[in-house]
Amino acid sequence: MKKDFTLDCYGLLCPMPIIKVAQKFKELKIGQVLELISTDEGVKQDIPAWCKATGNEFIAIEENNGEYRVYIKKLKD
Amino acid sequence: MKEKVTIIIFSNDLDKVLAAFNIAIGSVSMNMDVTMFFTFWGLNVIRKEKSIKKPLNWMKRMLGLLNRGGADRLKLSKFNMLGIGTSMMKKLMKKSNMPSIKELISLAKESGVKIIACNTTMEIMGISKQDLISEVDSIAGVATYLATAKESKINLFI
Repeated sequence: MKKDFTLDCYGLLCPMPIIKVAQKFKELKIGQVLELISTDEGVKQDIPAWCKATGNEFIAIEENNGEYRVYIKKLKD
Repeated sequence: MKEKVTIIIFSNDLDKVLAAFNIAIGSVSMNMDVTMFFTFWGLNVIRKEKSIKKPLNWMKRMLGLLNRGGADRLKLSKFNMLGIGTSMMKKLMKKSNMPSIKELISLAKESGVKIIACNTTMEIMGISKQDLISEVDSIAGVATYLATAKESKINLFI
């Protein structure tokens, strides 16, 4: 998966991953892709919901042994 | 225009305040403007640990002795067990990498959450402006709350 940045939220619980993603997205340029690494199962639902609310693109989520890698593309400022 | 969220914090229970801040910070991350009104017991959350100006009225003074302020003093609404339960919960939160209420206040402030203190409660309880933490944006009453709540999509009373 193509990515421009990786955000490590290992071991962080809700709402921390969402907060970190929102903070990181301010630094990204439009079209860039962020990879989020999280162990919080909530991100499966929360990241798509966050993308819908903020108008960004949810690309994919990969699950591996309780570790989630989520890919999100920035669509607007 | 950004959507708005308004939260009244009436309680000073650790668990409830924690939920309030999680929702507030989550809302900011979802691109919404958040206003938090702290009233009655909730005012304790945004008070300094030590009151600077002691009120003259003896009943207000008594209340001040029993009703101590400061985000670190909040107790669980259940299983406080003279503080043992609360301190265990705080340890568990730390173990799960959850920020403390104090950290949540500065996190909220940094991300642009507006913090408003209720002037009526301050007057009744004899809490002065100097007794509030620096994160407080303004002191206001019910009209300010209603004006903000009217425009808000989400309105919570905690």
